[in-house]
Amino acid sequence: MWKWFHQLASPPHFYRISAILAPWLAIPGTILIAYGAWQGLFVVPMDYQQGDAFRIIYVHVPSAYLSMMAYMIMATSGAIGLIWRIKLAHAVGAAAAPIGAGFTFLALCTGSIWGKPMWGTWWEWGDPRMMSELILLFLYFGYMALRSSIDDTTKADKASAVLALVGIVNVVIVHFSVEWWSSLHQGQTVFKKGTMDADMRIPLFIMLIGFTMVFGSMLLRRIRTEVLYRERRTRWVREMILSPEGGV
Amino acid sequence: MNENHTIEAQRENPGIFSGLAATTKRDLLLAWKRPGDVLNPLFFFAMVCTLFPLAVGPSAEQLEFSGPGVLWVAALLATLLSLNSLFISDFEDGSLDQFLVSPQPLPVLVLGKTLAHWLTSGLPLVFVSPILAITYRMPLSVVGVMMLTLALGTISLSLLGSIGAALTVGLHRGTALLSLLILPLAMPIMILGANAVSLAASNDIYSTGIWALGAYAIASLSLAPYATAAALRISNE
Amino acid sequence: MTHKLSADNLTLIRGERCLFQGLSFALESGGLLILEGRNGCGKTSLIRAIAGMLTLEEGTVFWDDVPVDDQRQTFHGDLVWLAHRTGLKGDLTLVENLGFERSLRAHSSRDPEEVYERLGIARLKKLVLRSLSAGQQRRVSLARMLLADVPLWFMDEPFTNLDREGRALVMELVEEHCAKGGMCVMAAHQDVEIAAPTTRVKIQ
Repeated sequence: MWKWFHQLASPPHFYRISAILAPWLAIPGTILIAYGAWQGLFVVPMDYQQGDAFRIIYVHVPSAYLSMMAYMIMATSGAIGLIWRIKLAHAVGAAAAPIGAGFTFLALCTGSIWGKPMWGTWWEWGDPRMMSELILLFLYFGYMALRSSIDDTTKADKASAVLALVGIVNVVIVHFSVEWWSSLHQGQTVFKKGTMDADMRIPLFIMLIGFTMVFGSMLLRRIRTEVLYRERRTRWVREMILSPEGGV
Repeated sequence: MNENHTIEAQRENPGIFSGLAATTKRDLLLAWKRPGDVLNPLFFFAMVCTLFPLAVGPSAEQLEFSGPGVLWVAALLATLLSLNSLFISDFEDGSLDQFLVSPQPLPVLVLGKTLAHWLTSGLPLVFVSPILAITYRMPLSVVGVMMLTLALGTISLSLLGSIGAALTVGLHRGTALLSLLILPLAMPIMILGANAVSLAASNDIYSTGIWALGAYAIASLSLAPYATAAALRISNE
Repeated sequence: MTHKLSADNLTLIRGERCLFQGLSFALESGGLLILEGRNGCGKTSLIRAIAGMLTLEEGTVFWDDVPVDDQRQTFHGDLVWLAHRTGLKGDLTLVENLGFERSLRAHSSRDPEEVYERLGIARLKKLVLRSLSAGQQRRVSLARMLLADVPLWFMDEPFTNLDREGRALVMELVEEHCAKGGMCVMAAHQDVEIAAPTTRVKIQ
């Protein structure tokens, strides 16, 4: 197991394996999303309280979940990179950040579109989840800004890994403090955690899996680009590009 | 010179408290010789507090309502302003290099510096804030709570900010970047502090906020110096 | 007590450039190691790497045959680094600066007054560092090095900013230090002749 893991961490090996793996995530993921979207938009019955507006959860929930997942990946790979000095881990962090920021932004947009018919306003400062998500977006911006302002890649890798780790400790505190704060001002959150019908839940579950798979393939593709850039001076990259296949 | 002086073998390094005390003392001495560095953030604090009534209007009701929030936002910004220079001069004159090869553990030296930073930025804010709070018509009983939250909160802000200052030391666009890195992390501190004061003003139970701020301060006291030390090593590579 | 500083197969990559590869050396008590090479070839980086401030791509530095990463505090307690930048505070006086340095280190029986006399900075004691010339500031750095009273000296271009008399003094100090069983790692881009068992490492 350990040996396999180590082998995977070597850039050329990863580059080969990920090329095979990426389509196997992308194609089924897209099919699942298409199926889930069709189910969610046309098949599932209308919610008796929210009408058709609730259907946005089929995009909103997966993107909110992935926005946090991406941050977790970023912080974990940062820790791995710092502790075991695995260079590939830092490439994972660098690749995950923009995708995570994208999903955070998507979650905020869909949340706000959902909020308009529900609250009568595009933005509700009192909702703890929207606030946490907004702060998460700022954390992503900070991470990417720090990365881009350090010229030396190894230094940028380590510095941003420290930031991601400090951030992950703080995300939890942010969440609880925002929750406490909104309980003072609102008394209750807008969405109650109600039970969902099974026929509503199954498409959501499909969407979650589909989104995660597409996210995985996006991440792999970005890591591949990142690896290729970082290893551009090495022999394996040169040989691969000069080979008859031209490096796929 | 004593020609038969010999290099003594294996002496014990002094304890960490002597390193902590020496670093704090040195930075306090430096602050004493350059009072502007201490006073500027204080003026900034007072200035931001002046801006709000001018922008929002001077009605007593509004000031009373927004006072805790305004004071806390101003304190947060003032601390951020002073954090910028935490490591810059040490970085430029090579003191930081010497810290890195010092026989004292780096987190201890960092803690000493951060302590001095709090004594010269957070603590003065705590003592200046009542004057501004009274202009915002805050009752005296609430002023005490506010001072307590500011004291606890600025400790955490100094410690948390030192991580950001260490990450951005030596970068060209360090100033703007530092705010971008630290503000999201500092939000919980401000939420806890400002809301505890608001609760006290409306005669509610505010102890939750104080306890949480205290817990935050203790947690950052024990963790932040290690993160800052790691960040300094990375920045100075 | 004798000490030994050794390095095995050091490789350092900075950004895109490999500064040195497979570099090894050993230095015993009383020895002088001179790092030679052009400006910007990585002499300072090598010193920083040995001191544990840079992450090496490969290789290990040993102090008394123990990897320095395993005993950082001990190693740093035994070394002092005369860097290119003084590391002294311009706003503080000479005595305040050196007093701070002393309180971080183990107690030494060396008399500061004697050291000031020898380096010719006794009359500058009450002045703030900012008001001293570059050469005088360098002498203050030298004073810090002597007062640390440790076996291992790292000197990065020690002759910069010094007049002829100052240069002679540095050589004399190094000779004395080595004769007493200390050791010295020196980066220099000019020829240095010092009466001590010398090893030279050339960096391309």
